[in-house]
Order: sequence, then C-alpha cells, then structure tokens
Amino acid sequence: MSPAFPLAPARASSVAGEVDALFLFILGVTGLVALGIWIALFYFAIRYRRRSEDDRPAEIHGSLVLELTWTIVPLLLMIAMFVWGAKLFFHLHRPPDDAMSVSVVGKRWMWKLQHPTGQREIGELHVPVGRAVKLVITSEDTIHSFFVPAFRIKKDAVPGRYNMAWFRATKTGSYHLFCAEYCGTEHSRMIGRVVVMEPEEYQVWLAGGPAPESPVLAGEKLFSELNCITCHRPDDAARGPVLHGSFGRSVSLASGERVVADAAYVRESILSPAAKLAAGYQPVMPTYQGQVSEEQLISLIAYIESLRVPSEAAPAPGRAPARARAGGAESR
Amino acid sequence: MTSERQTLPEEHYLKAGWDLKSWLLTTDHKRIGLLYLVSITFMFAIGSLYAGIVRFNLLVPDGSQMSAEAYNKAFTGHGVVMVFFFLIPSIPATLGNFLIPLMIGAKDLAFPRINLLSWYIYVVGAALTMWALVTGGLDTGWTFYTPYSTALSESNVELAAIGIFIAGFSSILTGLNFIVTIHKMRAPGLSWFRLPLFVWAHYATSIIQVLGTPVIAITILLVALERIFHFGFFDPNRGGDPILFQHLFWFYSHPAVYIMILPSMGVISEIVTCFSRKRIFGYSFIAMSSLAIAALGFLVWAHHLFVSGMSVYSAMVFSALSFLVAVPSAIKTFNWTATLYRGSVKWDTPMIYVFCFIGLFLIGGLTGLFLASLGVDVHLTDTYFVVAHFHYIMVGGAIMGYLGGLHFWWPKITGRKYVEAWGKVSSLLVFVGFNLTFFPQFVLGYLGMPRRYHAYPEEFQILNVLSTAGATILGFGYLFPFSYLTHSVFRGEPAGDNPWGAKGLEWTTQSPPTTHNFDLIPVVTEEPYDYASPPKEAARV
Repeated sequence: MSPAFPLAPARASSVAGEVDALFLFILGVTGLVALGIWIALFYFAIRYRRRSEDDRPAEIHGSLVLELTWTIVPLLLMIAMFVWGAKLFFHLHRPPDDAMSVSVVGKRWMWKLQHPTGQREIGELHVPVGRAVKLVITSEDTIHSFFVPAFRIKKDAVPGRYNMAWFRATKTGSYHLFCAEYCGTEHSRMIGRVVVMEPEEYQVWLAGGPAPESPVLAGEKLFSELNCITCHRPDDAARGPVLHGSFGRSVSLASGERVVADAAYVRESILSPAAKLAAGYQPVMPTYQGQVSEEQLISLIAYIESLRVPSEAAPAPGRAPARARAGGAESR
Repeated sequence: MTSERQTLPEEHYLKAGWDLKSWLLTTDHKRIGLLYLVSITFMFAIGSLYAGIVRFNLLVPDGSQMSAEAYNKAFTGHGVVMVFFFLIPSIPATLGNFLIPLMIGAKDLAFPRINLLSWYIYVVGAALTMWALVTGGLDTGWTFYTPYSTALSESNVELAAIGIFIAGFSSILTGLNFIVTIHKMRAPGLSWFRLPLFVWAHYATSIIQVLGTPVIAITILLVALERIFHFGFFDPNRGGDPILFQHLFWFYSHPAVYIMILPSMGVISEIVTCFSRKRIFGYSFIAMSSLAIAALGFLVWAHHLFVSGMSVYSAMVFSALSFLVAVPSAIKTFNWTATLYRGSVKWDTPMIYVFCFIGLFLIGGLTGLFLASLGVDVHLTDTYFVVAHFHYIMVGGAIMGYLGGLHFWWPKITGRKYVEAWGKVSSLLVFVGFNLTFFPQFVLGYLGMPRRYHAYPEEFQILNVLSTAGATILGFGYLFPFSYLTHSVFRGEPAGDNPWGAKGLEWTTQSPPTTHNFDLIPVVTEEPYDYASPPKEAARV
C-alpha cells in the first residue's frame, strides 16, 4: 500500500490501510470490468455502424459458453470481495483485550464522551496514539452515527442499545468526528473532532482540569443515592438479586428463559424492571425511567460491572471500565 | 422507410375526444398512460426544483444560503417526490401502460377501469403529500427513520405519510393489472418466450409492486399511528425498537429500487435490438435475470443496516446476498453489449440513451459492490458515496432508460417526429451534466462527507461546486426534451407507422394507434426481435 493516495482521507488508524487496500482492490477489479465493457460497446458501435439502410446482419442467438463465463467469473471475483470485506468487519467487531473503554452518548446535537478515568468531554475526544480505544455508544434521543473518516469507522448510536466500535490511532493529529445519521435540524453541526496525542501529552491532558470521578465511583455513589442498595445487598434482607459477580453471566428469568447479564440487560432492568424479571424474585422494583440520565446509567453499569469476581470473568462487551480505570492512567 | 411525405391517420385514439371529460373518464390505456405522463412530468419538475435548492445551498460550506430547516425540508421534498411520485410510477405507468397491450396484441389492459382508478389514487396521494410539503413541509428525509419521525420531528409527517400510503395502492393496482393482462391477454401465437423483454421486465416489476408495496404501506401507517396515538412500536422507552422500522422500511424500499430499474432495463432491450438490427443476445438469460432480480431483491434489505449494531453473522448473510443480486444485472449488461456485435448500429437519439444507460448503470452497479463489501461499507455508508451510487442507478439507469424509451416510442404515441438534432444535443447535455453532478460525489463520500449535511467542512467545497455546476447543466438537459417533445406534438412532422423499422406488435399498427389498437387481432408467427427479415408494412385503416 502506497501511503500517498491523493484522493483518500487521512489514514490514521490501524484498520485504515486495510480498508483502503480493499477499496482499491474493488476499484481495480470494477474499473477493469467497466473499461472492458465501455471499450467493447464503443468498438462494436463504431465498427458495426449502419452503412446502408438495407443492412440486414446475420442472426446470432447467443452462446451458452459466454453466458456461463460472464456469470461465473464475476461471481468468483465477488466471492473474493465478500470474504475480504467480511474478515475486516469481524476484525472491527473484536476489540483487543487491552482496549481502554470510552463511553459515547449522542444527543441532539452533540457528542458526550467519558474517559475510563472519569474525564468528560463534549464534541472532542482526546486519545493516546497507539492505544486501542473501545467505544460504547448509545443515544439519549434519536439515532446518530459516530463516524471518524480518518479511522474508517462508523457506528450508529441507537437509543436503548449499546453499540460497540473500536480503533487504534496510528498518527497524531486532529480528525473530523461526524454524525452520519440524520438526526434533525442541526444534524450537520453535530461535528466534533478526535485529537490523537502522544501518550505523554495525553497524560498531561488527563491531569489537567478538576479531578474527575471515575464512572465506577460515580456509579457506586448513585447506587446508594438511588437506594438500590436497600434491596440489592449481599445478606438475608435482600429483596433483589445480589449483583456481586453477576455481570456477564447467564441469569435465569421468571419466564423460564435465560439471558446474559450484559450492559443492555442491566440497563433494561433499571428502566423496565418487570420486563425480564430474575427467577425467584417478586416484581417489587420501581422503574427508574426518567430519573436517571444516559450518563448515570453508564456509571451504574460500570459500577455493577466492577462487582464481578475477576477470576470468573468471561469476556463480554462493556467490561473495560473497571480495568481501564487503572489502565487508562498508565497508558503508554 | 419511405421518402414521400407521411400523413397522420384519419382515426386515432387522440381524436377520440378533446374535451376534459373525454380525458378524465377515459378507460383507454393509451390515454391513461398520457395522463400519467403529464402528472409525473409535473412531479418531476417539482422534484428537480427541490434538487436545485439543495445544490444551491451546497455551493458554500457554511450553510449561509438558507436555514438548516429549509435545507432539510428541501432534500426531504426532493427524495419523497422523486422516489414515490416520479421514479416508481415512471416507466410502468406511462410507457408500460401505453405499450403492454400493444406489445401483446390486446385491445386494452385486463381491467381498464381499475387502470383509471389507479391514476386517480395516484393524484390524490400526490396532492396530499404535496399539501404536506407546501404547508409546513417535511424534514424526516424520504426514509422516515424512527424515532426521529415518530417522536421528534415537528413537521407534517402524518399528512405526508397518508399521501404516500394512498399512492401505494395506485402502484399495487397497476402491478396487478399488468400481471393479469400478461397472463391472460396475449395474442394467439405469442407464447411466453416470444414476449418482448419489455413485457418480461414489467412482469417482474409488477410482482415486486404487488408483494412489496403493502409492507411500506403498513410501515408508514405505523409511523403515522405512533405519532397520533403514541403506540410505541418504535419507541425504546416503551419497549419498542427503532431499528425495527428500518427493517420494515427497507424490506420494501430496497426492492423498490428494482421497481425503478427493471422497466428501464426492459426499454434498453427493445431499443438496442432495433438500432443494431439484431436479435437480442441471450433472450432467455435476460428474461430470467429479471425474475432473479425480483426474487433476490427481496433478500438484501438489511445491507442498509450494517452499522446499526446488527449481528455480525446476519450482516455476513446480507452481504453475500447483496453480491449475488449483482450477478443478474451483470448478465444483462454483457448480453446487451454482445447484441451489438456484428450488428448494424445506428446512432439515433434512443440509441444514444442506451449507450448512456449502459455506461452509467455500469458505474452505479459496480459501485454497489463497494457497499456490499462489509469492511468498506462501514466507511462509505451514509456518505455521499451512497448518494452518488444510487443516483447512478436511478438517474443514470432509470431516467436514461425512461428518456430513451420516450424518444423511441414518441412517434408511436404522438404519430409525429421530434427534431433529431435536438435529441442528440440534449442527450449529450444530460450525460455530461449528470456525470459532473454525481461523479465528484463518489470522491466526497470516500473523503468522508456525510449525507444530508446543510453545512460542511471547507475542504469539501471544490467538489461540491463542481457538483452544483453539473446539476445546472443537467437541468438544461432536461428542459430541452421537454420543449422539443412538446413542440413536436403540435408541429412535428408525421412520423409514419414504423419510422425505426422496428419489430414488435406495437409497430404493426398505425401511429398513433386507434382506440382499439388493432383492427384484427394479430397472430404471432415469429420469434421476438427477428431483425433478419425486414418488418412488414403496417395495416392502415
């Protein structure tokens, strides 16, 4: 891959080069096909132009061999495009284990971001170069889409869902952050930037400003402020399931189904507790719909996640906050 | 072709009455085709006006030409009008309506009154939607994505939704009418594999219209109901799912792309044979590929949702199917090109539109492969790359075919000739203007400019200015045919019954045809596109 492709956007993430390589591969193949057809078309159209109104060219019905050729050859080329594209897509879905987790909340018309160490940003995301960053993306209102062209990543921010994207920035600089899903009047002003810094600069940046509170600590506070702790407690007075060690594990529901207690499940259980009631408990929990913001939900989830017993931890989406709290501060 | 001056026949369908009533109560498929032609031309003009506003705004990066609200309403108006009220009815309702009975040797469609009803339904739907657009406007984009459309938009969503809901029935009825007509009313000897490919293409289109349109009708109704009664189908706070809407919407709206392009492909098959005097290369492959497109087209909808957070595995399935649907289109393109081989190619206006179609549809189709490929789609989706891609299909493909078809059958429809030189000049303008408008948008998209942006970073300005310049040329390119074709209706030279020396039953009757199309029911004894022998003279009344 030559780095100097004049009509390409900045290439600043670990996947950008591969996306461009696939792009150029498809461009090359389709370009050759198009060129071939155009040349044939105009060659025939000129070479066999009508010379007399009495021209009656001989009949040609078709050719099975040709039909099969121009069915099978494009099919094979397309299989190559498919496999390569799917492989890349898988890669984009598997964040490395050491990724630091940043929470992203889309709101008309801004991006609200929070670092694992608690720093909050609006419209700007500062990240260290070379470090994998996992984004856990949701929205407060309508669907947005987190798009950084220089990283070749895009993921919708969907209300009620936690979507995941990740990148590893490879070049310092400032890059566009766009909202790519139409979200109303000021959609085109929902622009921000991602600032990629040297790790030392990032540390300086982190240290600046008031001392932040990490999502886990904020969540722990909320957990008692909202009186969650009255029922979710590890003793006999507990009226709700004990949350220690439950995150990421399979839970039996009153309906007989089983569900993995991931971020989406925890969120749903806070907002609509009766929707997927854990087996063995009464539907006594009130809804917190309208009482907690998306950011507070993220903090609560981060806290509940931090309660899991590390040795039993299975990889699951949204687990980074607890680890990244330590990890973020010592980034390379 | 004779050199002596032609005259118009004494009796023909246009002379069946000049008063308003004779038009508004007609059940003649040819007159209904013309009613549609006038209506969709009007809607096309409105849609183009909206496009003009959009391109004007994008001349400058800071959005200072108009407010964000105005811009959002303009691109929504452009999409809604062009998709639902121009592209979907375009070829089927005008040329299809006019030609299918003529091509199969029938006196009319199977249900002439339902045919008229479908036009009225279209007019009511269009009027309601236009009312919504003019009084208050609509700012959801033509895609109506929830929860924006259901919970946040303060524009005229309900009214527009009801207009589109109603217009859908017009499309369903036309499709139904075509299916029954093609099954039951073919002339003696006209077996399925002697049908013109135009008819095959419309048969496939009709199947999509009948099966797909009810889904969009229900979906858009759900949006209206959710706004009015707050049901919560798409509201996550009430246990609904906003992504569900996207699945329902694209289940129709992706096949709808094939509603727009298949009829155009049918037109191309007719013109390319006539102007190269050759039997079509691989008749059955082209016919069957239309059906394959109709069937596969229903199985690719979720490729619009690759970055919405869907499962990786279902994304893979939809990616693979999306590649597969490209195969039948490729087969058609290769066969059209091969048809020219050793032919006798005449560069008249309809044929020039065929060259435009093949060249542009090729780009539109091939750029679809970038978007079907998952890893690349993540970067390109929701950018101008997608905008350029589907305009190459819908304008470069569908509209080029429509214009080609209009020029090809114009002498049959009106009995008169347009000025050939004007035809050539305007096809060139359309081609150049179109490419200048949309090619830069591929680059913009790859550079990362998102769709539906009222303002944009400065580095995208040059490409946007080029695009607006192209749109200006394209606009003139459309004005020319409008003027010289209209002029020819009144002043054009009589064309004769078969000015192109074309094959096909529609050319064996007089131009313009009588109300009943044929004096004697034709009997078909030859294969389609039998250009090895000269066409027979048309029987005159």
